[in-house]
Amino acid sequence: YMDVIDVYWGDPHSGGVKPLTFVRQVLAACIYPKLLQSDKLPVDVRQRAQSLLTACDGGSVGSYTPSGGISYIRGSVSNFISRRDGGVPSSPENIFMTSGSQRSLMLVLKLLVHNQASLPTGVLTAVPTYNYLKMMLQRLGAAIVPYYLDEEQGWAMEVEELRRALQASKGVCNPVALYVINPGNPTGHVQSRKCIEEVIRFAAEERLFLMADEVYQESVFGEGCEFVSYKKVLSEMGPPLSHTVKLASFHSASKGLMGECGLRGGYVELVNLDPTVMRYAYTIFSTDICAPVTGQLALELMANPPRPGDPSYPVYAQETQSIQAMLVHNMNWVPEVLNNIPGISCQPMMGGAFVFPRLYLPQAATEKAKVVGMQPDLWYCKRLLEEAGVCVGPGCQYGQKEGTHHIRLCVMTPVETMEQVLKRLKDFHLHFLKEFS
Amino acid sequence: THVCSVCLLQCNNVRIPRNISWAISGTECELQKRNMTENGLGHRVLNMDTMNPNVKRVEYAVRGPIVQRAMQIEKELKEGVKKPFTEVIKANIGDAHAMGQKPITFLRQVVALCAYPDLLEDDKFPEDAKNRARRILQACGGGSIGAYSASPGIEIIRQDVAKYIEKRDGGIPSNPDNIYLSTGASDAIVTMLKLLTSGEGKNRTGVMISIPQYPLYSAALAELAAVQVSYYLDEDKCWSLDVGELRRAVKVAREHCNPRALCIINPGNPTGQVQSRQCIEDVIRFAAEEHLFLMADEVYQDNVYAEGCQFHSFKKVLFEMGPEYSSVVELASFHSTSKCFMGECGFRGGYMEVVNMDPEVKLQLTKLVSVRLCPPIPGQALLDLVVNPPQPDEPSYATFIKERTANLDILAEKAKMTEQVLNTVPGIHCNPVQGAMYTFPRLSLPEKAINAAKEKGQAPDMFYCMKLLEETGICLVPGSGFGQRDGTYHFRMTILPATEKLKVVLKKIREFHKRFTEEFS
Repeated sequence: YMDVIDVYWGDPHSGGVKPLTFVRQVLAACIYPKLLQSDKLPVDVRQRAQSLLTACDGGSVGSYTPSGGISYIRGSVSNFISRRDGGVPSSPENIFMTSGSQRSLMLVLKLLVHNQASLPTGVLTAVPTYNYLKMMLQRLGAAIVPYYLDEEQGWAMEVEELRRALQASKGVCNPVALYVINPGNPTGHVQSRKCIEEVIRFAAEERLFLMADEVYQESVFGEGCEFVSYKKVLSEMGPPLSHTVKLASFHSASKGLMGECGLRGGYVELVNLDPTVMRYAYTIFSTDICAPVTGQLALELMANPPRPGDPSYPVYAQETQSIQAMLVHNMNWVPEVLNNIPGISCQPMMGGAFVFPRLYLPQAATEKAKVVGMQPDLWYCKRLLEEAGVCVGPGCQYGQKEGTHHIRLCVMTPVETMEQVLKRLKDFHLHFLKEFS
Repeated sequence: THVCSVCLLQCNNVRIPRNISWAISGTECELQKRNMTENGLGHRVLNMDTMNPNVKRVEYAVRGPIVQRAMQIEKELKEGVKKPFTEVIKANIGDAHAMGQKPITFLRQVVALCAYPDLLEDDKFPEDAKNRARRILQACGGGSIGAYSASPGIEIIRQDVAKYIEKRDGGIPSNPDNIYLSTGASDAIVTMLKLLTSGEGKNRTGVMISIPQYPLYSAALAELAAVQVSYYLDEDKCWSLDVGELRRAVKVAREHCNPRALCIINPGNPTGQVQSRQCIEDVIRFAAEEHLFLMADEVYQDNVYAEGCQFHSFKKVLFEMGPEYSSVVELASFHSTSKCFMGECGFRGGYMEVVNMDPEVKLQLTKLVSVRLCPPIPGQALLDLVVNPPQPDEPSYATFIKERTANLDILAEKAKMTEQVLNTVPGIHCNPVQGAMYTFPRLSLPEKAINAAKEKGQAPDMFYCMKLLEETGICLVPGSGFGQRDGTYHFRMTILPATEKLKVVLKKIREFHKRFTEEFS
């Protein structure tokens, strides 16, 4: 092979997806305001950049911003949330912008995790789940309370399993929070409204703080699937739950159709928190001073894209539709191709950015891996990289049922690249099966 | 009607608390209050009892209550509320652009080109800017600044930083593998403190920090539950550092903790003091003797104004002291794009260089930084331009040098003016502002004022600053937020407002101080 194809990271631009023109034009004009006089930039771009610069101290994106973020943008984000949730009100004071959802998660966990109590703080996390979450919990000295997603049911979440997990944690740790990621990473599962209601009820009964990581909310294209936010469902469940269940919802400019991972922009909305705790939340967020302004700008443009009638709309629509088409195509076709490879099965992909197919590795292969001293799927990934130039994530990193093996692939990737990836993977896999048959 | 920030419903029952400077989270409606009493306060999952107790100890004065009140006042002014002033002047934070300093053209041109590469076709951009942009974009995934970079930062930028350090330090080698790009210097500082903090009880890590200090350090130590070991800077000697004081502090500290690190800010924040070469050597010797990890916060390295003062990097001095020290003393130096001549705070660019770090610990450090994925790419790009500026033979050179020199010269003038004017006020004593961006004058407060403050439960200098804010709209940070000797009072003011505005600010402070002294005599 002549090049290494990396579908390990959820990094669309790195994989070849192009940035959105409107976003980059506004960003450039904010960075170099002389461009506001350039007639090469559409009028709406210049107007938007002007509004944003006016909202910055000293009219410069080089100034610090208030710790929760530029007020104007917090307002845009809260309107975005409200619109998304069919009118459920959102208050800008409850929104904190950060250098990405990872940072937001870390800061919220800092409020929750005690490392001086007699029992470590526990956080219920899915198996499989976003691997960085586990690293963060380890960093803070928190305990992971695993709950297994049901692979046979398309990686669905079941409340009975949550109950079992909680029961098993008794005496081992003090569970305070439940982390869900919807749409799922690495699973690609999108939760039904019914499931979300059950999870909320469970969190209320067991007095758990709900952390809803919803960074992939823009990427839901599966048939019959719809993203509905935890906040919306909570609000529609009415009092007392809607007033008492504590929720943090996380979003980011890194995913979705924008894919601006490098600009580092994310936000968290805190719902139903005790006002005195909110004061400390503000202090904790303020020690970063503020989120990178480029990330805040990206969030504004995500919250407030061009609308029909705006000069930039036609290009924006065309670009987003093309990325969407790529995703929809991959979502349907990639699991199908994977399912047709002997020894690989893949659940349907409903949303998000990844597929998490299962590998049925021959006994001889798993034994060889043990000899080498590696988890079998990690060893498989290493060989795949060396021999076929394809980089994917090993299932052991995300968690999986004992004795099962998986790999994670990012499908927010141009179709031609995806075709290459699957071709190389298939060739490698068949070869691999032969070697260990 | 108001929207209750808690139940998110619009209702007529909202009461706005009287002391609105604390109401950051907004207002609470009667419905919510009733629910809380019905369910019992203790039913809240995350309440003051269950919250991480370390968080309660975290304070960050630069963004603390006085700033929150200032923001409130700004809002009121916008709403048309009448005040004795028409604008809030935020002289609390080291943010040059917010106070009107213009960005450096070359830096913004290159970053704009990186953001929107179509501009590479635009002949209004100089060729050297385009070359820099192309080089940076080539090093980005998919040629986009929207892609993640490696966690320690883009490789060629780390190389450029290493070259810059070598040039700055007269040829002493710098290895790019020892450079970690960060989200502002703060990110790297906190990461190092995390690495250093361990142990229990008497063996708990102690970290030496100056009094006064930049409160990021005290906040981070509080959150990490590390032990703060304070050493006092000498106000009578222009805030200089005395090794005898370091010795005293570490001796006392050894009785209850395990001192592992010594943090120095040079040029100093809030003091503005620029350390002499001799002082830096003494500190290095002390760190070697006492087995301390040196953390050198050098973000103001270009901001040196006073005659006879010069910036000496800790690394340079360390290596010039010969292998007895240079092969042994462990050091981390920090720098940032937020200060100096560029003042690009909002981009959150920075780096740290680690010297003599244990290779296994370095592996762990590399792992630790990967948890936050990567620093913002625009910030990394900006940093690249700071360490790799236009050269004399390049088209953008003349303008770049002109802008850079102008920014630094104006700061030097304002530093001088500030010191002079404040020293004409009876009851205010101001040390020379040798460098950085702040003045930290000492206030003589009347006994009556101190008592009034105590009655309010406020630190006297907080009481003073709050009154100053309410009467003049000038926002400063009370000295109690940085630390000071018992019974002394200070405030920290930036020298950043535009010269004409700064003159007005200084005049108003002089008038206020007179009024204040009379009122409480």
